Amino acid sequence: MEYFAQQVINGLQLGFVYALIALGYTMVYGIVRLINFAHGDVFMIGAFIGLYTIERYHLPLALVFLAAVAGCTVLAVLIELLAYRPLRHAPKIASLITAIGVSLFLEYFTSLRQVFGPNFYSFPRPFPVVIWEVGGILVTNIQAVILVVTVLCLLFLQFIVFRTKMGRGMRAVSYDYVTAGLMGVNVNRVISFTFGLGAALAGVGGVLYGIAYPQVNTFMGFMPGLKAFTAAVLGGIGNIPGAVLGALIMGQSETMVSAYLSSTYRDGIAFVILILVLLWKPTGILGAPRAEKV
Amino acid sequence: MAESLRNLARILAAYALLAGSIVLLAATGVVNPYWVQILELACVVAISAQGLNIIYGYTGLFSLGHAAFLGIGAYTAAYLMKTYGGQSQAVFFTALLAGGGAAAVIACLIGLPALRLTSDYLGIATLGFGIIMKVIFDNADSFLPELGGARGMTGITKMTTVPWVVFFLLVSVLIVRNTIHSSYGRAIISIREDEIAAETMGIDTFRYKMVGFVMGCAFAGVAGGLYAHLYAFLHPSNFDFFKSIDILVIVVLGGLGNMSGVLVASFGWIFLLEGLRVVLPPGYVELRWVLIPVLLIVTMLLRPQGLFGSREFPFLRGRLYR
Repeated sequence: MEYFAQQVINGLQLGFVYALIALGYTMVYGIVRLINFAHGDVFMIGAFIGLYTIERYHLPLALVFLAAVAGCTVLAVLIELLAYRPLRHAPKIASLITAIGVSLFLEYFTSLRQVFGPNFYSFPRPFPVVIWEVGGILVTNIQAVILVVTVLCLLFLQFIVFRTKMGRGMRAVSYDYVTAGLMGVNVNRVISFTFGLGAALAGVGGVLYGIAYPQVNTFMGFMPGLKAFTAAVLGGIGNIPGAVLGALIMGQSETMVSAYLSSTYRDGIAFVILILVLLWKPTGILGAPRAEKV
Repeated sequence: MAESLRNLARILAAYALLAGSIVLLAATGVVNPYWVQILELACVVAISAQGLNIIYGYTGLFSLGHAAFLGIGAYTAAYLMKTYGGQSQAVFFTALLAGGGAAAVIACLIGLPALRLTSDYLGIATLGFGIIMKVIFDNADSFLPELGGARGMTGITKMTTVPWVVFFLLVSVLIVRNTIHSSYGRAIISIREDEIAAETMGIDTFRYKMVGFVMGCAFAGVAGGLYAHLYAFLHPSNFDFFKSIDILVIVVLGGLGNMSGVLVASFGWIFLLEGLRVVLPPGYVELRWVLIPVLLIVTMLLRPQGLFGSREFPFLRGRLYR
């Protein structure tokens, strides 16, 4: 029982990091209907910004997060501007292939020796690790940090989406992007903002991931990115609480498979669950069924 | 009758000319064995790309797991060949067909539930299937030790030759051409254009989606078998997500639902990958994967409809347009 509870805690740690990435996928998909494959690599850049700001400049943790957020936001806005915006009216598949191109470019460009290099780098711990024992279960201060930061991010996101003018614009554009434009919403600005916002969360996620699983590599973004996207689909894509729910399910299932079966099956389980859920509810757990217009 | 005989003769002549000239060039040493092998690989990739072209280009089913079917065919054919075949050409041919058959059966099982999903959801489900298959290949040695699992499968005979790949490429192109210009093909294309309208016109959309999907996957299975016996070594990473993307890129670059474009793009893509290895100065080979995405992005920005658009080579056009 204690072992199980311990795994639940570990699963939550993974799930929260997935949630931060999944939010970016779900918001971008909700607005432009694009699977932004480069998002996982933006997450990777966030982790590397964390690595450099901690190791070279010894910045305090708050500034590390700020640097990762700033770097990732600028990067994502640039990607949108240069690669996706020119293709907004082209067939959807062209944007998708471009997104894959951007993803490959970021991975291989940063793995050049002149940039980050192709090796695995150990991520420095910005604070000493403290382990508490709560009723026989071990909880670390890393997990506490992840929990607090993620919850703060979610509250912040909730505030932006439901309490600001830009948030109303985002909801309007995701509902109907042509009509939103006719009603005076600056669609381009809303889309840029959404990419930036998603990337900011991915930047935070990258730093947290580095702290929790202290090894980074320029290809590290691929699998978490794919799983976070799967989590977003699982919860109902375009739906913010859905993305968090999906990510938590994903984190739990992966940890449980590693704990009770074998870690070699861990990458598969997420997708088995996804396929089963899609067959039962084709738009995801919290996704609204979409009526087809003729 | 006379016309179909004439057609057959024409096809045989084309085959003899293609395969013969390549074999001759290889035998006289004009083309070295390395490039012959690349050419064989390009043919194999072209066969599987024609498969995805049926699935995505013509039927409009977004599949991100094509490499999984390549893997199913490869492991099936390699296993059969290793256990029963030895060096026999006849068994090789049967094993290839069995690989295609296995891929088709699995495609059928997956398609029954998955083809009810639409567009991106289908893409994600097939992507998930691809990753599940990769995990299964990785752990395959726990139920069949011959498959090698994550260590890779060895002891496969090199059976794939130029005449074999050209034969299967020609046959696959002919099958696609004849299917697409038949009533089956028109039904399939109508689903891509507008599923609801197609259904209204009395087309059993689910059945035709299944036909397109299973057929495309069978192509991938045969190509997988050829691939297995080309390099005589199989590893689960040969069939991961990136391989699916490779084939998707080829189909999109060639132009969705364009046989000629996909054919040209298959060869172009493989020779680009290998050519860059030769062209780039030593020490800069890692730039390959920096240049390729840039090229890909620029191509998409300039020609989002694919390189060929909707033009076809004359021999691939329908009878009406020839």
